Amino acid sequence: MALTNAVTLEGNEAAAYVAHLCSDVIAIYPITPSSPMGEYCDAWSAHERPNLWGSVPEVIEMQSEAGAAGAVHGALQTGALATTFTASQGLLLMIPNMYKIAGELTSAVFHVSARALATHALSIFGDHSDVMSVRQTGWAMLASNSIQEVMDMALISHAATLEGRVPLLHFFDGFRTSHEVGKIELVDAATVRTMISDELVQAHRARALSPDRPVVRGTSQNPDVYFQSREAVNPFYKRMPDVVQTAMDRFAELTGRQYRLFDYVGAADAERVVVIIGSGADAVEEVVETLATQGEKVGLLKVRLYRPFAASAFIDALPTSTRRLSVLDRTKEPGSDGEPLYKDVITALVNDQQSANPHFERMPRIVGGRYGLASKEFNPGMIKGIFDELDKATPKNDFTVGIIDDVGHSNLDIDEAFEITKVEGLTQAMFYGLGSDGTVSANKNTIKIIGEETDLHAQAYFVYDSKKAGAATVSHLRFSPQPIRSSYLIGDDEANFVACHQVGFIERYDMLDKAADGAVFLLNSPTAPDAVWGTLTQRMQKHVIDKKLRFYTIDAIAVARETGMGARINTVMQTCFFAISGILPRDQAIASIKRAVEKTYGAKGKSIVERNFAAIDTTLAQLHEVAVPDAVSSDLSKLLPVAAEAPEFVRKITGELIAGHGDSLPVSLMPCDGTFPVGTARWDKRNLALEIPVWDAELCIFCGKCVFVCPHSAIRCKVFPESAVADAPPTFKHIPVKGKEFESGTLISYQVFPEDCTGCTLCVDVCPAKSKSDSSHKALNMALQPPLREQENINLEFFYGLPEFDRTQVRTGTMKSAMLLETLFDASGACVGCGETPYVKLVSQLFGDRALVANATGCSSIYGGNLPSTPWSKNADGRGVAWSNSLFEDNAEFGLGFRLTIDKQREYARELLSRLADDLGKELVGALREAVQDDEAGIHEQRERVTELKTKLVGIDSAEARELESVADTLVRKSVWIIGGDGWAYDIGFNGVDHTLASGRNVNILVLDTEVYSNTGGQASKATPTGAVAKFATGGKELGKKDIVQIAMSYGHVYVAQVAFGAKDTHTLKAFLEADSYDGPSLIVAYAPCIEHGVHLSQNLRQQNLAVDSGHWNLLRHDPRRLAENKNPLQIDSKRPSVPYKDFLATETRFSMLFRTDSAKARHLLQKSEKRNHDRFFHYEQLAGISFPETETDEEESAG
Amino acid sequence: MDLSTTYLGLELKNPLVASASPLSRSLDSARRLEDAGMAALVMYSLFEEELLNEQQALEHFMHGHDIGNPEATSPLEVPGGYHSGLDDYLEHLHRLKQALNVPVIASLNGISAGGWVENGRQLQEAGADALELNTYYIAADIAESGAEVEARYIDLLTELRQHVTIPIAVKLSPQFSSLAELAQRLATAGADGLVLFNRFYQPDIDLETLEVIPSLQLSTPDDLLLRMRWIAMLRGRVDLSLAATGGVHGTEQVLKVLLAGADVAQMCSALLQHGPGRLTDVLHELTSWLDEHEYDSLRQLIGSVSQQKTSDPAAFERANYMKVLDSYTPPPGVWS
Repeated sequence: MALTNAVTLEGNEAAAYVAHLCSDVIAIYPITPSSPMGEYCDAWSAHERPNLWGSVPEVIEMQSEAGAAGAVHGALQTGALATTFTASQGLLLMIPNMYKIAGELTSAVFHVSARALATHALSIFGDHSDVMSVRQTGWAMLASNSIQEVMDMALISHAATLEGRVPLLHFFDGFRTSHEVGKIELVDAATVRTMISDELVQAHRARALSPDRPVVRGTSQNPDVYFQSREAVNPFYKRMPDVVQTAMDRFAELTGRQYRLFDYVGAADAERVVVIIGSGADAVEEVVETLATQGEKVGLLKVRLYRPFAASAFIDALPTSTRRLSVLDRTKEPGSDGEPLYKDVITALVNDQQSANPHFERMPRIVGGRYGLASKEFNPGMIKGIFDELDKATPKNDFTVGIIDDVGHSNLDIDEAFEITKVEGLTQAMFYGLGSDGTVSANKNTIKIIGEETDLHAQAYFVYDSKKAGAATVSHLRFSPQPIRSSYLIGDDEANFVACHQVGFIERYDMLDKAADGAVFLLNSPTAPDAVWGTLTQRMQKHVIDKKLRFYTIDAIAVARETGMGARINTVMQTCFFAISGILPRDQAIASIKRAVEKTYGAKGKSIVERNFAAIDTTLAQLHEVAVPDAVSSDLSKLLPVAAEAPEFVRKITGELIAGHGDSLPVSLMPCDGTFPVGTARWDKRNLALEIPVWDAELCIFCGKCVFVCPHSAIRCKVFPESAVADAPPTFKHIPVKGKEFESGTLISYQVFPEDCTGCTLCVDVCPAKSKSDSSHKALNMALQPPLREQENINLEFFYGLPEFDRTQVRTGTMKSAMLLETLFDASGACVGCGETPYVKLVSQLFGDRALVANATGCSSIYGGNLPSTPWSKNADGRGVAWSNSLFEDNAEFGLGFRLTIDKQREYARELLSRLADDLGKELVGALREAVQDDEAGIHEQRERVTELKTKLVGIDSAEARELESVADTLVRKSVWIIGGDGWAYDIGFNGVDHTLASGRNVNILVLDTEVYSNTGGQASKATPTGAVAKFATGGKELGKKDIVQIAMSYGHVYVAQVAFGAKDTHTLKAFLEADSYDGPSLIVAYAPCIEHGVHLSQNLRQQNLAVDSGHWNLLRHDPRRLAENKNPLQIDSKRPSVPYKDFLATETRFSMLFRTDSAKARHLLQKSEKRNHDRFFHYEQLAGISFPETETDEEESAG
Repeated sequence: MDLSTTYLGLELKNPLVASASPLSRSLDSARRLEDAGMAALVMYSLFEEELLNEQQALEHFMHGHDIGNPEATSPLEVPGGYHSGLDDYLEHLHRLKQALNVPVIASLNGISAGGWVENGRQLQEAGADALELNTYYIAADIAESGAEVEARYIDLLTELRQHVTIPIAVKLSPQFSSLAELAQRLATAGADGLVLFNRFYQPDIDLETLEVIPSLQLSTPDDLLLRMRWIAMLRGRVDLSLAATGGVHGTEQVLKVLLAGADVAQMCSALLQHGPGRLTDVLHELTSWLDEHEYDSLRQLIGSVSQQKTSDPAAFERANYMKVLDSYTPPPGVWS
C-alpha cells in the first residue's frame, strides 16, 4: 500500500506544518512535549517559509503560556489567524484566556500534545489530564490518534473554526503521538489552501477590533444580562458538530481519508464495544480486528470530536446490538464518580433511552475505567482484558488497567498470552543506546531512509530514562507493508532485531527477552569476536541458543575513534543495522545513509561528512558474526540494581525502578501523597566514567577546590583523628592535615566516588598543586576507572563510616574549611560537567541541616527530584534538606510560603514559651528567645536548648505544651532557598520573584543562570545574551539580557550577588554565607555554563573565567547592611574587562554560530554587546563609587 | 629601473610580496598595500584544522540541544545560509581578486590529503593565482623517521598537483636534514616554488601558573641570514621559484635575498609594524641602489651572489664556528 506523497515525520511536526501554513501570528513557549511544535514554526519563519497567503508568519516567544494565550487572544481580536502550542501546566495557564476567546466566539486553534498534570508529582508524559481540564471552557475539542490524523485533524480544525466560530483545541497524545516518527501521506499546501476559505478569513478580520469601525468587546455585565448573554452562544455550539463533520467530508473529498465525529470499527453486530479517545484507539483497533477474525462480536468507537459532545452522532455510531460498553478515560478525577468521557457516555445513553425513539432496545451496560496515565503502556493484552471483563456477568466499573491496584483492587486482569495477528512482512527492531551516543538520531535517520526509499510503512518510538547524562534510550522501530497502528512498545519475544549499543547494558537489561525466534542480535563490544560470547550473561546466552538468534558484534567505539567520530557511534551502528537486517539491499542502504549524512551536514562541514563516510565504509569490515556455541557457559548475571545493604525502601522501590521494573510495583508500595525519603541517589550508581581522579596525598595543599567544583559530589573530604583509620582498607589514603584549626595528629582524606564520578575532569582542572618535578602531575590526576572501581568502592564504604567533622569547628569563611561540611546533595543525574550543581551542593553543605528548598521546575528539579532516585539527603542526626517542587511559575511564592510558616510558627513558639515560662524556667525560656544563631556554634547551642525544652515539655501535662512540642523546632534558625533556572526567574516566574523580593521576607533566591531554557532543550529566555543562537532565536538573539541584578538592587533592601564559582570561588562562598545571614530577601544570580552553550564542559571553569574577564559576567555584591556603616552597599568584585569580548564569543558555538550564519548581524550585535558590557560595568562601578556620607539622623527620635 | 621579476610563473612588477598575514583579512589594507607598491599578495592561511574544529563544535552544539532526555529530543535547526570558515575564505579570496590588480596567492594549511586536495581545488576555482602550502607541521613523533615526514610533504603535493593547475609554492621550515634534496624532490613532485622559511609560534612557560602558553614574536632582521644562506645554496640548483620570508624588514634585506637568489622577498612583520609606506620606501631605495650601482634591471641582480655564482662558494656551506666565535669581543669590563 504505497503512499503517493509520503513523508516521514513526528506528530509534532505534522501539527506544526498545518499550523504554520494557516497562521499569521504564532505565540510560543516551551513545554514538554509540545516544545518542538514551536521550534519548528520558529525555524521555518526564520527560514522565511511562508504561510498559505505567501507571507511569513510572525513567531514570538512569550514569557509563559499565560502570556502566549494573552498574546494570541489579542492577535485574534485584532483579526489575525493566531495559534499556539502547549501541554499540561501550560494549558492550565491558558484557561482564563480560553474562556475569553470562546466567550467572544473567536475562530482559533490551539494544538496540544496532551500530557499529565503535576499533582503528587510532575510527569512530562502523555495522558488526557490537561485537555480534560479545559473541557468546560467552551472550546471545541478534536482528537487525533496517529501522526497521519494529527496532520489531517489539524487542517480540519483550522477550517472548522473559521466556519463555526467556536475555537478549537486540537489534541493528540504526548510522546506516543507527538514524538513518534512515522510515515504518512502529506497533505500538500494546495489541499490546505482549498480547505481554508478566504471569505471566512476575511469575515474573521471583519469582526476584529479596529479604530476604523470601533466596537467595545469585553464589557462588565450585571445580574440583569450576564446569564442571557451566556446563553446567546448556544446556536454556535449546536451547529459546531455539523461544521466539523462538513469539514471532515470536504477533507475526504480532497484526500480520500474520511473521518467522522465518532468512528466505529468492528463487527456490525458487536455486543461488546470499547469507547476511547486518542492513540490507544489504534491499539484497540488491532485487537478488535484480531478478535473479529476469531468470530468475537466486539467493536471500537473512536471519539474524535469530544466537545461539543454530539450525543446523537455518538449513539448513532454504535451498533444497535451493543450490549456492553467499556468507556476508557486517560485521566483521573479523584472524588468523582467516574471520569469525564464515561459520564458523557452515560448521559448520552440515558438521554437516548428517555427519547421517543431510543437507539437501543435495552440500554447497554456501561462501565468506565482508567488507562495509560503518564504514558503508562496500553497494549493488546490489556485491551483483551477489557473485552474479557465485559464478558463477565458483573463487569467491574471504575476499573484500572495496566497497573496492579492491590489497595482498591480496581485493576483488570491482563491477558498476557494474547497476541494480535501479525502482519506478514512486519519487522520490529529495538536499539538500546545512550542519549549521548546518537542512537536516537541514527534511528530517526533510519526510519526516514526506509520511509522514503521503500513502500514500507515505518514507525519509531523512543523511550528515555530521566537522567541528563548517561541516559539510556530504547528505540522501538517497526516496518511493515501495512499501515502501523501499534501504539505500544515492542513486547517480549517480538523483536526481529535487537541492538545493544553500549556494552555496559549487558549487566543492566535483559534485552534478549525481547528477541523473537530467529532474530538478529547486534552487540557493540570492545571484546574480540571470538571472546565476546563469554561476556554475555547466562540469561542472554540461553536466549541466543534457545531462540536461535544470529549474533553479530562490532567494536563501534574503535571504528568511531579511528574515523574521527569521537563518542558518537550512531553512524557505525546504523550501518550495521542495514548491513545485517536485510531491510534494504546493502548497497542501496549504504548509499542512502551517505545521502542522509550529506543532507544533515553537507552545507556545514565537508569533514564531518567525510568522517561519517569513512565510518560507514570501515564498519562493514569490522562487523563480525559470532559463532554461537551449543551450550550456555556464562555464570554472569544482571547486576543488582542497588547494593544489598541499601535501606528497605531503596531495595523494594528505588531498586525496582532502577532495574526497569517500576511497572510491576503495586499501588500499596507507592507513597499516597508523593512523599519520598531523601538520600536515595547514593544507591543509584551510574558508573559512567572511563577515568576518575586519583588523589596524590603528598602533593595536596587541602584547598578544597576539587570538592567545591565537583558537579556530582563525587569527591569529598573528611578530617578525623588518627585512631579512626586503625582498620582502614590497605589502599585508603590519608595524610596529616596542616592548619591551625586542626589538632595535631588530625588526618585528612579526599575520597573519590568511583561509580558516581562522571569523568568531567573539573577537579583536576581546578587543582592548583603541581609536582615540582613534573608539572603535568597534580594532587589529582585522571586514571582509568575499571582497575580502581572495586578498590575505591571499598575505600568509599570506609570513608562513609568515618565521623564528620564537628560543624561548630568549621571556619565557613575559608574554602579549605567550608569544604569539610558534609554534602547533603549526592550524585545526581545532571550532565557531565554541569555548571549548576556545584551551587546547589554548596547550599546543602553550608545550610543543609536547616534548609528548606523550593525548586522551580527545570533542570534542577529534574536532577534534584526525578525518580528513580533523588540526590538530596540527610546527615547522621537525621537532619537534611527538605525539598519540594510546586510548579514552574510559582516557585518564589512557594518558597515565600515556607518562610511565612516558619516565621509564624516561630512567633507562636515564642508566645508559647512565654506562656509556659513558669513551668519551663525563665532561664531556659530567656535563652531560647534571645539566642544568637549567627554561626554554627550558636545554632548548635540553640538545638541543645530545644532538646532540653522538649525533654521538659514531656513532663508538662497541658495542651500548650503539646502545641509547643509541635513547633519547637522552628526556634532553630532555618534557611529558605528558592532555587530555579533563568527561564523561571527572568520569564515565567519573574512576577513572583519580584514580589517575593519586595516582601522583605528572609528568603534566599538562587538563580542558576544558564542563559537559556536548558531543561527543554535550549530555548532562548530573557537571560539569553545578545548574539547567542538558541531555539526560538535561531537567527541570533537581538536584544540584550535582562539586568535582573539591577532590578533587585533598586529595591534597596535586597541583598544581591552575582557570582561565578569557576571564576572566583571564595566570592561565591562569601555571597552564599552573606545571603543566608542577611535577615531579608537575597538574590544570588549564579553563572552556570551549560552544554547548550556549545562548549565542552570540561572547559566549564575556563568559560567562567572568560565570561568574567571579558565583562560578560560581572561579579558583585550588594549588601544593604553596609549602609548602616555609611558604606556604599554595592561592591564590584571583578576587575574591569581585560579580555576582548570577541575572544570569549569565539570559544562558545552559541555565539560563534551567528558569525557563520549571518556575519554582518553577528558583527553588529558584537559591537552592541561590547558597548553594553562596557557601559554596564562602568555604570556599576560608578554606582559602587558613590559615597554615602553620614546622614544627620534625628538622634532624639532614635533615642526615643 | 625595471624592477620586474617572475615568481611561480607569474609576472610581477617588482619583487615585494606581502606574505600571509592578518593584513590580507581586510580589503582596505590589501588595497593600501597594493597602492604602496605590493607586487603580489599571499592571503592569510586557511587552516584545515580550524575548519575541522569549527565543524566539530557545530555538530556538538546542534546535538547539545538533543542530549537524549525526553525533554530535549530535537537538535537545534541551523538556519540556512550557514557559512563555514572555508566559505568565508573563498568569498574573501573572490573579493580580493576583484579589488586588486596584483596576483593573489591563497595560503593553505592542511592536515589531511583529502582536505588539501578538496580545499585546494576550491581555492583555484575561487580565482587564486597560485597556492602557497603553509606546511605547519612539527615532526615530534619519535616513531616517525625524517624520511616519513618528508614523504608526507611529497605525497600531499603529488596528490594536490593532480587536481589543481595553478602554480604551487611550498612553504617549508628549516628543520629538515637534507633540505636541498627535499627541494629537488618537491620540484619533481610538481612544486613551482619554495618559500623559505616558515616561522612556528613558540610555546612559552608562564612562571606563575607553570602552564605552557602560546607566543608569537614578530621577526627581526636577524632572522634573515638563515633564509639568505639557503636561498643562495638552492638558487640554480633546483628548478623552483624562490621566495624569502622571515626577517625581510627593509631594503638591505631585500637586496641581500635577491642577490642570494630569491625571486621575491615576502614581507610581513615590517608591514605590520610600519604600515604600507614601508613598501614604497623600499621600492624607492631599491631603485636608487640599483641606479647607483649601475644595474640594468633587477633580474640582472637576482642570484648574482648565489652559491653557484659567488667567488667563494664554500662560504655558504662553511660551518666556521671557531672563526666567528673567536672574532667576538666581550663588552669592556665583563671579562676583564
